[in-house]
Amino acid sequence: MPPANPQANVRVVTLTIDGQDLSARADETIIEVCRENQIPIPSLCYLDGLSIWGACRLCLVELEGQNRLFAACSTRVAEGMRITTQTERLRRYRRTIVELLFAERSHICSVCVSNNHCELQTLAQKCGVDHVRIPYRQARYQMDSSHELFRLDHNRCILCTRCVRVCDEIEGAHTWDVMGRGSDCQVITDLAQPWGESETCTGCGKCVQVCPTGALVKQGTSAGEMVKDKHFLPILARRRHAP
Amino acid sequence: MNLDDLAELAEGYRAKEAGNAYEARVCMAASCQSSGAPAVLTALTQALGEGEGETGCKVKGVGCMGLCSAGPLVAIAPQGADLMGSTLYRDVKPEDAADIMASVGGAPLERLRCPTDQPFFARQRRIVLENSGIIDPDSCKGYVAVGGYAALVQALGEMTPAEVLREVTASGLRGRGGGGYPAGLKWSTVAKVPGDQKYVICNADEGDPGAFMDRAVLESDPHRVLEGMAIAAYAIGASKGYLYVRAEYPLAVERLTTAIRKAKRSGFLGARIAETSFSFEVEIRLGAGAFVCGEETALMASIEGNRGQPRPRPPYPAESGLWGCPTLINNVETFANIAPIIRNGGDWFAAIGTEKSKGTKVFALAGTIANTGLIEVPMGTRLRDIIEAIGGGIPGGKAFKAVQTGGPSGGCIPETHLDIPVDYDSLKTLGTIMGSGGMIVMDETADMVDVARYFMEFCMTESCGKCIPCRAGTQQMHALLDSIARGRGTRQDLALLEELCEVVQATSLCGLGQTAPNPVLSTLKYFREEYEAKLSGT
Repeated sequence: MPPANPQANVRVVTLTIDGQDLSARADETIIEVCRENQIPIPSLCYLDGLSIWGACRLCLVELEGQNRLFAACSTRVAEGMRITTQTERLRRYRRTIVELLFAERSHICSVCVSNNHCELQTLAQKCGVDHVRIPYRQARYQMDSSHELFRLDHNRCILCTRCVRVCDEIEGAHTWDVMGRGSDCQVITDLAQPWGESETCTGCGKCVQVCPTGALVKQGTSAGEMVKDKHFLPILARRRHAP
Repeated sequence: MNLDDLAELAEGYRAKEAGNAYEARVCMAASCQSSGAPAVLTALTQALGEGEGETGCKVKGVGCMGLCSAGPLVAIAPQGADLMGSTLYRDVKPEDAADIMASVGGAPLERLRCPTDQPFFARQRRIVLENSGIIDPDSCKGYVAVGGYAALVQALGEMTPAEVLREVTASGLRGRGGGGYPAGLKWSTVAKVPGDQKYVICNADEGDPGAFMDRAVLESDPHRVLEGMAIAAYAIGASKGYLYVRAEYPLAVERLTTAIRKAKRSGFLGARIAETSFSFEVEIRLGAGAFVCGEETALMASIEGNRGQPRPRPPYPAESGLWGCPTLINNVETFANIAPIIRNGGDWFAAIGTEKSKGTKVFALAGTIANTGLIEVPMGTRLRDIIEAIGGGIPGGKAFKAVQTGGPSGGCIPETHLDIPVDYDSLKTLGTIMGSGGMIVMDETADMVDVARYFMEFCMTESCGKCIPCRAGTQQMHALLDSIARGRGTRQDLALLEELCEVVQATSLCGLGQTAPNPVLSTLKYFREEYEAKLSGT
């Protein structure tokens, strides 16, 4: 007979995070254990309910006995693991990565619809980014206001691909994807058509809700007015994947 | 089919050729073709036709002979002789055909002669390239005649998969793609991971600027790579393989396609190989021009039909690779080493090279060096010997400045370190890597800031854009290098550049980003004064 609980044969391991002794299921990742135990760890591409992307590199942690750094979102826990999430080196790297993001496109908080409700902004504050040492690229990107409900501003996009994943994995429409490479990367709808002309978009708005910045917003919002709600996602994801 | 049957087959193929006392071998690899080899081949065939039968000579298109800068190369070889036993002619033009054919069997034609006792040839040790420039790459029979597929038949008929793994492990062979991961360990890991479906992938997405080792192997001896893949498949329990070749290598693709077709027809690939129960299919997949697809997880995503970008490891391909199945992925040169290892035993291979780097390594010599081309030397050969003796030094009376190894992931080695032995670990101590085998030699006129800027531009345009440090970091570093190179950089710019190097190296998702700062770091280490001389004021 198959086991009543499909996860019954998953082992439980004990590990240390920042000196704290913790227990976790062996199939959990470091970031899941951190979130469960209120250990703060910065991240942008990770979102509970979506697949692992491993691209923002902000959740990198140190593992005892290992030279290289490990992304907490894509590393599973193991028995006896000793993890450090806050060191001088990690803080310096995280700050530089956030600065790279700010310098890459245009993130001027004061005029942004997501001002005070932006994950990038909050993260920058937590990572101690009081100014950006890296030269701004001053590149100008397009906006797409063709959708009747929503608006896309590439200038605010950080290419975390949450919109791509939520649309593909939860809504099942796969309207979003990424085109180009390197700094020419852009999120696109369908085959790079205006969003309003997309034949696959259901208008559900999940992409807007999961977007961490002011790149995807509701039409008609002005500076600081766009507040997002991500609470639906873990619940929805769990229902989708329930046995 | 057993080894005796195969030996008989080979003997038969050789007997058919025995009527010709000589062979006129024309290099038909990409480099010689681009300098006019096809016309030479036609002219030689015509010249032979005019002297009908008397010479006992046959004109044959073969693979790379190594000295690309002297191409088109033609070797007049007594039947069965290797390159050293032939008369080699350089810079051959179609007009020379009659003179060459007239000289066969008599005194060599001195005006075109390229001595084969010069260090370029004499100091090499050819294992991977043993058939290169000798056999016709489009002929399966030609490969069998020189002992080809004996290792596969031996492995299938006389060895268990565990015994094959033991030989590969004993050989000490390390991955030739650049990482230097022990091949035996990788193979046995994939063999141990449970799974009904496993895959073998050959990474032929050679993309480093100035590197053309894999191209030459594929163009000169494609069956050897297929044989290595089939042996690997037998050892790990795979039934399907992919050859991921970049589309920029059309000749290699054409020869591989022919080789796969002929090997299947001869029973060395496909169902029931060599009349055993083992089956192995190989399919070619073309890269669409992205350098990052040489990274194994990006390469697999590309084969699956997805956007070619890397994913975090673990899980490694050995555990969860192509379509989530256990996958063995090795580079062309690694697979090309397998047949001789099985034929001669792992211990034979382990006796060549240094303690931790066994066997030989193929290098592509490029840049300002007298002999540009392809060489194969035992691991541990001194860098100075490669550049000064084999490479013939710097032309035009200029002084040596640096040699760049490992492409955009490697670094520059200055004159003071030329006496190090070339092996994985020694190069690492100098802040560079073995890489896949590209060596770009630079003379005293080279501008090292410009070199660093060039490689950074390469990484910037080849970054897939997935992770932030690589996408935004390479762009910022390129902008900083550009302003330093133009004499507009400040001391703060240099400090920021060094900091970004550290961050990008430590935090990038895949090897492309992690190694992108290496050319900057190594030129800063050995040529810092050049950077400082360009800084403006402040």
